Amino acid sequence: MSASVLDKVAEPEFSPHLTQFIKDWKDKPGSLIMILHQLQQQFGYLPRAAILKLSREINLPLAKIYGVVTFYHYFKLTKPGRNNIQVCMGTACYLKGGEDLLQELENMLGIGVNQVTEDGEFSIESVRCVGCCGLAPVAVCGTVFGKLVPEKLPEILGKLKAGGEQP
Amino acid sequence: MALNQFCLVCGGTGCESRHSDAVYKNLKSAAEELGVGNQVQVVKTGCFGFCEKGPIVKILPDESFYVGVKPEDAHQIMAEHLVKGLPVEHLLHKTHGHHSGWGEYASQLYQKQVRIVLRNCGIIDPEDVQEYISRDGYAGLEKALFEMSPTEVIAEVKASGLRGRGGAGFPTGLKWENTRKTVSDQRYVICNADEGDPGAYMDRSTLEGDPHSVLEAMTIAGYAMGASQGFIYIRAEYPLAIHRLEVAMQQSREMGLLGKDILGSGFDFAIEIRLGAGAFVCGEETALMQSIEGNRGMPQPKPPYPSESGLWGKPTAINNVETLANIPVILLKGSAWFASIGTPTSKGTKVFALTGKINNSGLVEVPMGTTLREIVYDIGGGIRGGKAFKAVQSGGPSGGVLPAQFLDTPIDYESLTKVGSMMGSGGLIVLDEDDCIVDVVKFYLDFSVEESCGKCAPCRIGGRKLLNLLTKITKGKGTRADIETMRQIGFAMQRASLCMLGGTTPNPILSTLKYFENEYLEHIDHQHCPAGKCKDLITYSVLASKCIGCTVCARKCPVNCISGERKSAHFIDPAKCIKCGACYEACKFEAILVS
Ligand SMILES: Cc1cc2nc3c(=O)[nH]c(=O)nc-3n(C[C@H](O)[C@H](O)[C@H](O)COP(=O)(O)O)c2cc1C
Ligand code: SF4
Ligand code: SF4
Ligand code: FES
Repeated sequence: MSASVLDKVAEPEFSPHLTQFIKDWKDKPGSLIMILHQLQQQFGYLPRAAILKLSREINLPLAKIYGVVTFYHYFKLTKPGRNNIQVCMGTACYLKGGEDLLQELENMLGIGVNQVTEDGEFSIESVRCVGCCGLAPVAVCGTVFGKLVPEKLPEILGKLKAGGEQP
Repeated sequence: MALNQFCLVCGGTGCESRHSDAVYKNLKSAAEELGVGNQVQVVKTGCFGFCEKGPIVKILPDESFYVGVKPEDAHQIMAEHLVKGLPVEHLLHKTHGHHSGWGEYASQLYQKQVRIVLRNCGIIDPEDVQEYISRDGYAGLEKALFEMSPTEVIAEVKASGLRGRGGAGFPTGLKWENTRKTVSDQRYVICNADEGDPGAYMDRSTLEGDPHSVLEAMTIAGYAMGASQGFIYIRAEYPLAIHRLEVAMQQSREMGLLGKDILGSGFDFAIEIRLGAGAFVCGEETALMQSIEGNRGMPQPKPPYPSESGLWGKPTAINNVETLANIPVILLKGSAWFASIGTPTSKGTKVFALTGKINNSGLVEVPMGTTLREIVYDIGGGIRGGKAFKAVQSGGPSGGVLPAQFLDTPIDYESLTKVGSMMGSGGLIVLDEDDCIVDVVKFYLDFSVEESCGKCAPCRIGGRKLLNLLTKITKGKGTRADIETMRQIGFAMQRASLCMLGGTTPNPILSTLKYFENEYLEHIDHQHCPAGKCKDLITYSVLASKCIGCTVCARKCPVNCISGERKSAHFIDPAKCIKCGACYEACKFEAILVS
């Protein structure tokens, strides 16, 4: 890609915390994944422009960074909804109806996994075991919703949309 | 007045998600308000292992056990129990509808448990190093540094018979010895906290409830092997565990227990946390090291083993969290004590995450050699809802499924492997009559295929093939020849895959073909799913003779495919039915037929 194309992308602002973190870590061997975590924390995902900027700052080829980003499920290249609802599809949750939850959620929001509602409010993600198997089935959105049944979803979605913390 | 009562509030992820933090704060403020702040200490601890019934509050010294405590209950517990000595009956834990009363709970659930790894979980405040120290914390390290030479430490670990708890069961002492033997200017100690098995959370609870035990063990390992740098590779999905580790590292550095010149011994050891990013294969040691180096987490051929050439080409010892948590106790109490617990080939205890269709799901730690029956029935309280036991799955996506005939198998590495399953990292999932074996196996295959890194063909292609065949069978389109094909692909994958992810992907299929072939054949020959799970093979209909026309099902159906007048038999439109089972759950007259 030519430099002129790169230059047209507006350069995103890195927070002071992120800037400091990059400074502290960039010369440590193997720091890329740690830095990407911080980057994702600031933006909620990994915007292309931010990766471009990072590539210049830590002097790593874009191909290397994208290679890593696309390997790991945790890194997101698209913007999730304001509320990203993670439905656990670990074994314990699967056995206790995680799939029904996921289906019901998809029906209610009219989107599939890894999609975002039109108003940008919600997105759905399917994750593997969040370590709360005793509470299966589980969904996570800021807080952990344990022993979840589809009937509780409307209430939870309502509260999340209202911006309130948790039911 | 001195402190004479303790109020332990669980601060594990499970309980925190149900507002145990508010319970903790309310208990504290209630103690102040009632003027007993200097007699009752409220402590936030790690996981009690009984997550399902949380939030949990335990009172000492009388050992009362409160479950499902809400923030608004805190005041009553403080006022009644701790001030007046009257238990709050309705919140006490009950078994089978009876009060288990004072302390009885503990004897029921903990009777067969021996807590070495979880010795401090649910007892100490994990964010206070002093509490760890007061329970012999860092005494093992002190002993190692001042009374033992590095080779003596290794000899002690070897003599204990400790084997890796991360899955493979490799003798820990030997691993350390091999790492020490490799000549190098630097060596590394890595703690594997990637815990990828979906349905297992032992490592998470250990790190949340007792982070110092792992830090202490890594430092001992560093001393034994001549390493000055350690890494903890932990899943980013475990924020609370990461936080507790950070707090613990900060405190132990301040106390001179970590960092330069530890306890004035001249030994330096530093630990750094590195986050995973959601790739199951990174739990595999060579992939994990790739990930720490900042690369795509792809496994590498072995040999060379990490003990020869590991992280950045230096000799490296990778140990699982649970393996490490045993180390301080082994040093303190001695190898002979540790080796006296367990079976001839497997020493010590194993922590299991008991989940699925079981009454008491939670974390249990039992001596090696305990039988599956003791875990499922005595500790787990049997099958939920009076259903029939079907099987128990161990070893996660790499493991196998064992039917009732093996319930008396004593748990150790060898005997589980012999009957076609494996110890794995400690997930123990109980299946009942409502679970379809083919469906569960398909779940695991789906997992392994998604997590395959794609580097080698047997895993990438073989896994996909197996999944396709299973899917075909669950749709009722399979043939008997497919079973043979699955066996052949499975055997090939076991032999030819580069890493054990591909090598173990077929295990769930192969073990169930051994013990549950009939269930596969039911799907193939009769297009029938005996458990009624495979949606393509079932239909829902209304039994006109039993239906009283209450309309409940019609109102529950999410796609409105049930019609009928009030007080007359209803009808399900099979073309529109999505087989969600809502009507079946809703009907009180057993008028919905699943076939
Ligand atoms: C696909 C795969 C996933 C693994 N995941 C883990 C894991 O999550 N945690 C772990 O401790 N070991 C895991 N292991 C085992 C490690 O490769 C390694 O054997 C272990 O960390 C060594 O520690 P130990 O000797 O203390 O068990 C995994 C292995 C494979 C093949
Ligand atoms: S067996 Fe699977 S996970 Fe392991 S290296 Fe091969 S493709 Fe990757
Ligand atoms: S819930 Fe049962 S009894 Fe009531 S209308 Fe439906 S099938 Fe008939
Ligand atoms: S399987 Fe869902 S939290 Fe473990």
